[in-house]
Amino acid sequence: MSAPILSVRNISKRFGGIRAVNDVSFDVRKGEILGLIGPNGSGKSTLFNCILGQLKPTEGHCEINGKSTDGVRPAELSLMGVGRTFQQLSVFPKMTVLDNVILSGQEHEGSMFSRLMGAGDAGLTRKAEQLIEFFRLTPYRDTEAGSLSYGQQKLVDAAMAFMAGPGIVLLDEPAGGVNLTMLAHLKERLQTYNREHGVTFVVIEHNMEFVMSLCTRIIVLAQGEIIAEGSPEEIRANQMVIDAYLGG
Amino acid sequence: MNRTQIVLVLLGIAALVAAPLGQGNYIVYTLTSWLLFSIAAMGLNLTLGYAGQISLAQAGFMGIGAYVTALMTLAGVPWILAALSSIGSAFVVGLLLGYPALRVQHHFLAFVTLAFNTLLFLVLRNEEEITGGSFGLMGMERPTVFGISTDGNLNFYYFALVCFLVAAGIMWWILRSPWGRAFKALRENPIRAESLGLKVRRQTLLAFAIGSAFAGLAGALQSPLVQFIEPHSFALNHSLKILLMVVVGGAGFFFGPMLGAAVVILLPEVLRFTEGYYLIIYALLVIILMVYSPNGLIGLGQKLWSKLRPRHEARRDMDKGFQL
Repeated sequence: MSAPILSVRNISKRFGGIRAVNDVSFDVRKGEILGLIGPNGSGKSTLFNCILGQLKPTEGHCEINGKSTDGVRPAELSLMGVGRTFQQLSVFPKMTVLDNVILSGQEHEGSMFSRLMGAGDAGLTRKAEQLIEFFRLTPYRDTEAGSLSYGQQKLVDAAMAFMAGPGIVLLDEPAGGVNLTMLAHLKERLQTYNREHGVTFVVIEHNMEFVMSLCTRIIVLAQGEIIAEGSPEEIRANQMVIDAYLGG
Repeated sequence: MNRTQIVLVLLGIAALVAAPLGQGNYIVYTLTSWLLFSIAAMGLNLTLGYAGQISLAQAGFMGIGAYVTALMTLAGVPWILAALSSIGSAFVVGLLLGYPALRVQHHFLAFVTLAFNTLLFLVLRNEEEITGGSFGLMGMERPTVFGISTDGNLNFYYFALVCFLVAAGIMWWILRSPWGRAFKALRENPIRAESLGLKVRRQTLLAFAIGSAFAGLAGALQSPLVQFIEPHSFALNHSLKILLMVVVGGAGFFFGPMLGAAVVILLPEVLRFTEGYYLIIYALLVIILMVYSPNGLIGLGQKLWSKLRPRHEARRDMDKGFQL
């Protein structure tokens, strides 16, 4: 079995007297699509932020490709091959779709000086156009991202996360506020990208239909602890998960 | 740039070449002053309009440039070396000020830079042995370029125009480069920008220092233009004036600061026929503009243009792409 791309080791996070995450450990291997689910307040977002170095765990640590993420700034994490999307829309609204996608890769190209003296697009237009085409956004290439629909902006957001060629992408509620037609498209594109490029995904999501059909493995959190782990079928049948989260 | 934009820019340059011809000394001086302040406002536009950081120290950086050039040219150093030193000094001071100051942002940063401008004013006023104190420095000669003296007002105007065009060209180059895209990203969503690998602090600091360097160049031109400098020329009210130029013209638009500088410097002159009322009318016009168009004159132009020509709406364009 290959070495894990992401290792979460005994992570706990306390806020005063509240234990948001309690001794959570798991590995994610290359090419996996892992879903993190759980009711509100179960610690998903706190765990996500600990993995991304935005919160310092009270105990434990995370490693990406064997390197600790403790104290690592988000920019360095990106340069380590970690892509992410945010729960809220986070495109650059006054920039065109093409510029949004180019920006997402330019900091990974050349030196700071070469980025000033070299081509305006850092040589990334072709690659950005391919990603825009992949998400079927070509007609909007030169449109300001802020003027697109919510669903289209979610696709731009995903394209941005992939532009730098990350090994692992953490998706924070990608299905939030997205209509059914768009969801099917987004899921199909993510699965295709995973299959074609071997990129690993960790997905936080509340939409059970989406997460069950997208992910290859699911971890369920409740009150900061892992209560179940397994394939979507195993999770669906797990009585503890049904009681704590899925309901009858 | 498309062909129409190139033609418009060339027409603009031709207009700038023709503008002072047949005009009296005062108008030529005012036009030169507009060029200088356009350079300073261009710098502030990078800091404020593109990178989203408010600075109230732009006149202070202009002062650094003016004093460095004045002291060096009075010591016999050629203007070009003095000007390069001015630009370098303003850049370095911008870095030194920005490094601690950019830990805070927005209005907090405005207060830090305000304090810096006030501090610099006091240093310029109190360090009499170096700066001449309240009496200032005078007698700086205008440079001779390729054997052509810029002593006359018209010649100096053309000299300033060349400097202005070089500065505008450099600014255009920066903005069309990946740095320009990074600056805009800082303004729009710094958290997302950082998650994409952008080193936010370093890039913001660069925007601040480059913006300051432009003010340094403006100061280096101010010194031989007026041939007399004193601390009040670089006090806080002038920083506010440069801020007004950027905001009135349109922050975040390439031509915004030039247009804003024209309004702030030239409009009061145009309104002088109203005698004692010109400042009241000027203030009212600026207030009305800001209320109606917070994006300044360029924003106003875009607003009017979009009314004449409805803008492309992506969601109506269902037949072309994925229907969402």
